[in-house]
Amino acid sequence: MTGPEALARLPLDDLHVGANARFGGFAGWNMPITYPLGVLKEHQHTREKAGLFDISHMKLIAVHGEGAAEFLSAACPLDAAALDIGKSKYTFLLADDAGILDDLIVTRLADQRYMVVANAGNAANDIAEFHRRAAGHAVTIEPLDRVFLALQGRLAEAVLEQAGFDVSGLTFMTGGEPAPSIFMTRSGYTGEDGFELGLPERAARALAKRLLADDRVQWIGLAARDSLRLEAGLCLPGHDIDPTLTPVEAGLMWAIAKSIREAGAFVGAGALAKRLADGAKTRRVGLKPEGRQPVRDGAPLLDGEGQIVGRVTSGGFGPSAGHPVAMGYVDRAHPGDAPLFAEVRGQKLPISIHPLPFVPHRYRKG
Amino acid sequence: MTALYFTEDHEWIRVDNGVATVGITNHAQEQLGDLVFVDLPEAGRALAKGDAAVVVESVKAASDVYAPVAGTVNEVNAALRDQPGLINLDPMDGGWLWKMSLADAGDLAGLMDEAAYNAMVG
Repeated sequence: MTGPEALARLPLDDLHVGANARFGGFAGWNMPITYPLGVLKEHQHTREKAGLFDISHMKLIAVHGEGAAEFLSAACPLDAAALDIGKSKYTFLLADDAGILDDLIVTRLADQRYMVVANAGNAANDIAEFHRRAAGHAVTIEPLDRVFLALQGRLAEAVLEQAGFDVSGLTFMTGGEPAPSIFMTRSGYTGEDGFELGLPERAARALAKRLLADDRVQWIGLAARDSLRLEAGLCLPGHDIDPTLTPVEAGLMWAIAKSIREAGAFVGAGALAKRLADGAKTRRVGLKPEGRQPVRDGAPLLDGEGQIVGRVTSGGFGPSAGHPVAMGYVDRAHPGDAPLFAEVRGQKLPISIHPLPFVPHRYRKG
Repeated sequence: MTALYFTEDHEWIRVDNGVATVGITNHAQEQLGDLVFVDLPEAGRALAKGDAAVVVESVKAASDVYAPVAGTVNEVNAALRDQPGLINLDPMDGGWLWKMSLADAGDLAGLMDEAAYNAMVG
């Protein structure tokens, strides 16, 4: 166990303390887990209005230089040169064996400038890996010190417009730098329409206060961020995806276009092609426990004979779904309609494979 | 004659004519956050002191509630099956978990009174 003294504090920590947040450790950061509103209401507030999340534990990495596109296309399964300026793309950092080191969002900001958003727990490794893979490329890898805020929910656009941001030109998975040192995309981790904004601490502090003055906005903690993303069917690195899994098992091959697979110019391409040809032994699925009892990360999945045929990788209660929700991996050999059970505290609970997402996405597509 | 005791694990136990009612404290429910499921014991189950008797589940995590004293479960709060949030709303009364008969009233001697518990949680 790591004591709280070992945890890094967010730059806006004092605002969360002032908002009476309850804190907990996540990926080395002392994070607001819930606010006095509580996880259920925070979750619903985000779906219905606008939730403000401090996601400064995530890392923004600027990648720029003459060789930026070539570097990214070699480091990730991505055609960075074909990405239009202002567009974002979901991609991965793969190991040589095609294991998922991290999932990333890459946004092209200019001809030779990209922004990479990396996950908190993987950021240090991602940066080291980027530096290794940058050898021979004319590129600068520049991790940024930014506060990173997300405003998510059906009223997020109206709130940001009210706060003086013109976001009408942005659609889902587009973004840019509306001012020097401000990075903004229309994206998120909740399944709702929303925005992510990276900015220096002083500007972020002013923005957070301004947004919170709008009574449609509430701080939302990490607990609701997790229940929102799970209902949206989005993966949590270290749980639903990790270096022992490739995008094939994870059902994420949609993020790697066929032309990119065939060109095979990225780290892990050979292993990924082989995995695709051989076929994965497991697949990621949504899981709906039959009763009210949540089924959590680590629970084994059993078939009707009691044989282990998979495991749960994320699970909890879905406040909008109104029932427990989970995600996990099931052997491909296990028929989708065959009986399936999750083992929880020695009991076998009936559970069924359920399409993802549990709650429809409400992205603002172009 | 009713007496109210507390444990270091943030349970309360109210003893009335040899029957004890057990629940979790307001401090505990605040720490756990919104509860969405309660796994209750079967009536008739014999509990040793310290046994995990109930599991309360929040959106994010499952937590054990331990038997503060030894005894036998007489009744559980069935209303919690549909409304686990009663524990958040009314932890000391409507959100009770189970009633038990005591195996040994001497078990109560090691527990805290309300003033000592309040001092512990500050």
